[in-house]
Amino acid sequence: MTSLAIVDHPKKAAAFVADIDRAHWHDQSLWYVRIKRDKQAASLPEWELLRETASQIKANVVANLADYLEQFANEATKLGAVVHWARDAAEHNAIVLNILQSRGAQKIVKSKSMLTEECHLNPYLERHGIEVIDTDLGERIVQLAKEPPSHIVLPCIHYKKEEIGELFHEHLGTDKGAKDPKYLAEAARQHLREKFCGADAGITGVNFAIAETGGFVVCTNEGNADLGVSLPKLHIACLGIEKLLPRAADLGVFLRLLARSATGQPITTYSSHFHGPLPGGELHIVLVDNGRTDIAANPDFRRSLNCIRCGACMNTCPIYRRSGGHSYEATVPGPIGSILAPARDSAKYATLPHACSLCGSCSDVCPVKIDIHQQLLTWRKEIAARKQLKWSKRLGMQLTGWVFQHPWLYSTLGKMARWTLPWMPRFMLYHGLNPWGKQRELPSAPPQSFRELYAQRQKQQANGGSVTPQPSPHSPPSVYSASSKVN
Amino acid sequence: MPRVGLFIPCYIDQFYPRVGLATLELLERQGLSVDFPPAQTCCGQPMANTGCTESAAPLAKKFVEIFSPYDYVVGPSGSCVAMVRHHYKDYFQGDPAYEAIKKKTFELCEFFVDVLGITSLPGNFPYQVGLHSSCHGQRELRLSSSSEVMSLPYNKARQLLAGMTGISFTQLERPDECCGFGGTFAVSEEAVSCMMGNDRLHDHLSHGTEVLTAGDMSCLMHLQGLLRRQKKPMHVMHVAEILAGYQPV
Repeated sequence: MTSLAIVDHPKKAAAFVADIDRAHWHDQSLWYVRIKRDKQAASLPEWELLRETASQIKANVVANLADYLEQFANEATKLGAVVHWARDAAEHNAIVLNILQSRGAQKIVKSKSMLTEECHLNPYLERHGIEVIDTDLGERIVQLAKEPPSHIVLPCIHYKKEEIGELFHEHLGTDKGAKDPKYLAEAARQHLREKFCGADAGITGVNFAIAETGGFVVCTNEGNADLGVSLPKLHIACLGIEKLLPRAADLGVFLRLLARSATGQPITTYSSHFHGPLPGGELHIVLVDNGRTDIAANPDFRRSLNCIRCGACMNTCPIYRRSGGHSYEATVPGPIGSILAPARDSAKYATLPHACSLCGSCSDVCPVKIDIHQQLLTWRKEIAARKQLKWSKRLGMQLTGWVFQHPWLYSTLGKMARWTLPWMPRFMLYHGLNPWGKQRELPSAPPQSFRELYAQRQKQQANGGSVTPQPSPHSPPSVYSASSKVN
Repeated sequence: MPRVGLFIPCYIDQFYPRVGLATLELLERQGLSVDFPPAQTCCGQPMANTGCTESAAPLAKKFVEIFSPYDYVVGPSGSCVAMVRHHYKDYFQGDPAYEAIKKKTFELCEFFVDVLGITSLPGNFPYQVGLHSSCHGQRELRLSSSSEVMSLPYNKARQLLAGMTGISFTQLERPDECCGFGGTFAVSEEAVSCMMGNDRLHDHLSHGTEVLTAGDMSCLMHLQGLLRRQKKPMHVMHVAEILAGYQPV
C-alpha cells in the first residue's frame, strides 16, 4: 500500500519499463480497450454533445453541491434509507464499523468502490476482526495478492492469466499450472458464491446518486453488487459527495458515456437502481467529503470533481500504459489521479503531475471534458510555488531562464556549445549525468545558428549577392548546401 | 504588404538552422515582408511547463515586446506557438499588447491554411512520408483532428504536403500517440520517454516510412536521437523543409 515516503514515479516507472516485454504487453492490453472505446464513441453521432452535456451537468452539481446533497439526503431518508455524513476517511470508516458492530455483522461482501480504497476501509475493518471479501473478480484477485488495484476499472490489468492461475492455486486450490480463463473464473465464482451466501452485510460504492429521487445507481459487469446486497439484509453504500446528479433524466447521459469510455461496451452489464432498503432490510448511505469540498472551492481544480471514474484517461495515457498503475502509488492512478493525489498531499505526490508529457490525450478522451492535462500543468506551478519541486529542476530552470533573458549570452553559449560538441570525446558527452544520452544521440551541432545565417543572408542581399548558407565541417556538408534544395 | 515577425524557437535557432531557413523561404515566396528580430531567444515554455512561472515570466514579457510591431508572428513549432497563445495569459491578465499578440501568432502550416488561404504547395517529394502529429499542435492548436474526438478528420500539414507530386503517406497503427518528448519529461522520465519514442518509431518503420516529419522539431529531435543511436534507416525532416522543396540528406 502507500508508504509515507515521497512517491518517486520516474524510479518506479523505470523499473516497470525494465521488463520491456511486460511493459509492451501492458501497453497493448490497455490500447485494445482504448480502440474499443473509439469504436463505441464513433457509433454515437451525438458523442461530443453528450460529453458537453455531461460536463455542464457536473459543473452545475459542483457549483451547487450543498443544495443537491441536502435534497438527496431528504429524498433518500423518505425512501427509508439512513443517511450518514463523514467529513473524512476516519469518520467514514468509524461509521461503517459502528453500523456493522451494532448489528453483529462479521462477514462482509463488498463490490468495487474506489472510495473505500481511498479510505483504506478493508485494513481498518480487518483490524477490528471483520472479514471483508471484495466480490469484483479483479478486485478479489488483487486482494488475494495483497496488493492495491492498479487501475480503477480493471484492477488486475497488470496480471497475466498464468499469474492468476498461480494465485488461485495457492489460495483457492485450483490445479497447478491452470491458466484457462473459463476454468479460473468458474473457480472464483464458486469461491465467491460461498462468501455471498455466508455474508452478514453487503457494502457497495455508488456510481450516480440522484438528488431529485434519493435513489442511486451501482454499475457492475458481474452482478456482484446485486448479489452482495440482495442476500444479506444490511446494505451500506459509500458515496463520495461529487457523485450526485440533479435529476433522474440526467442519468441517461452518464450511463451512455460511462461504459463506452471505460471498457468500450455500449452499457455496463448491470446498472442497478436502489431506492430505499429491501423489505425487512436496512440501507445506510455514507456521504463522504474527505477533501472534496476543498477541491470544489478551488477554481483551478474544481473540474476534477466532474470525474465519473471511467478510467479512459488511464487507457489512453501513454505514460500510464507503459509505467503501470502501481508506479503512481495513489488510490486513483494515471492522469486524473495525478490531479487528485497532490490535492491530498502535494509534497508526497510532487512527481505525479510531472509523470506526463502534456500530450493532452486524456483531456480529449474524457467523457466529462475535464481539462486534465491543463490541471496537471497547474499542479506543476503549484508544486514549484510551494517549493516542492526537485531542487535540481528548479535551479536548472532558473539558470536557463536567466540565460534566455540575455540574448548575447544565449548566442555566445550556443556558439560555444555548437563549436565544442563535435570535438568532445563520447565519454564526455554520454555518461551517467546525461539522461538524454542514455538511449539517444544529441543533435549534431551545425557551425552556424539560424541567427548567424540570417545576418549573413541579410548582408549578402544588401550587397546584391546570392544566398547560400555555409557548409558545416562537423555535420554532412550537404545539409547546408544549395544543392540539397530542389528549387 | 503585411510584415511577418519570424519566430524561431531557440533550439531550432541553435541546432536546426535549416528549418529556420526553410520557414523564411516559404514565407518570402508568398511575397511577405519577413523579419527575424534578433532580440528573441526562447518563449519560456521549458520553464513554464516545469512550473517555474517566475523564470518564464520575463521571457513572455520580452516576447510580447519584441513581436508587437508585426502584423503577424509565425513560427515553425506548434508547441511554442501554443505556449504563446494559450499559456501566456498567466503573465499578462488582459493586457491589450498580449491580447493582440495572441490573435496574430500562428504556427507555420496554420498560417498558410487559415490566414493565407493556401491549401497546397507545389513541389516534388517522391518519398513515403510518416507524419508525426505533435501533441501541442494537434490538441492545443487543433492543427489536426485528434483520434479521441469524434469529428471529421483533418490535418493542416498533411493538406499542404498532399499537393506535392510523388508523395505518399504512412498509415499508422496509432495515428496520433505522443512520441514521448514532452520537454523536461524526456529527461526526468527517461525510461518511459524512450520507450514511447521507440514505439512510435516501430510504428513508422514497420509501415514503410522513409521520411519522418512533423511540425515540431523537438519531437523529431527526440526520435532522431533514438534513430541515430540504433542506426535505423529513416530520414527526419521538419515539415517546413519538405514544403520548402528541400530533399532528405
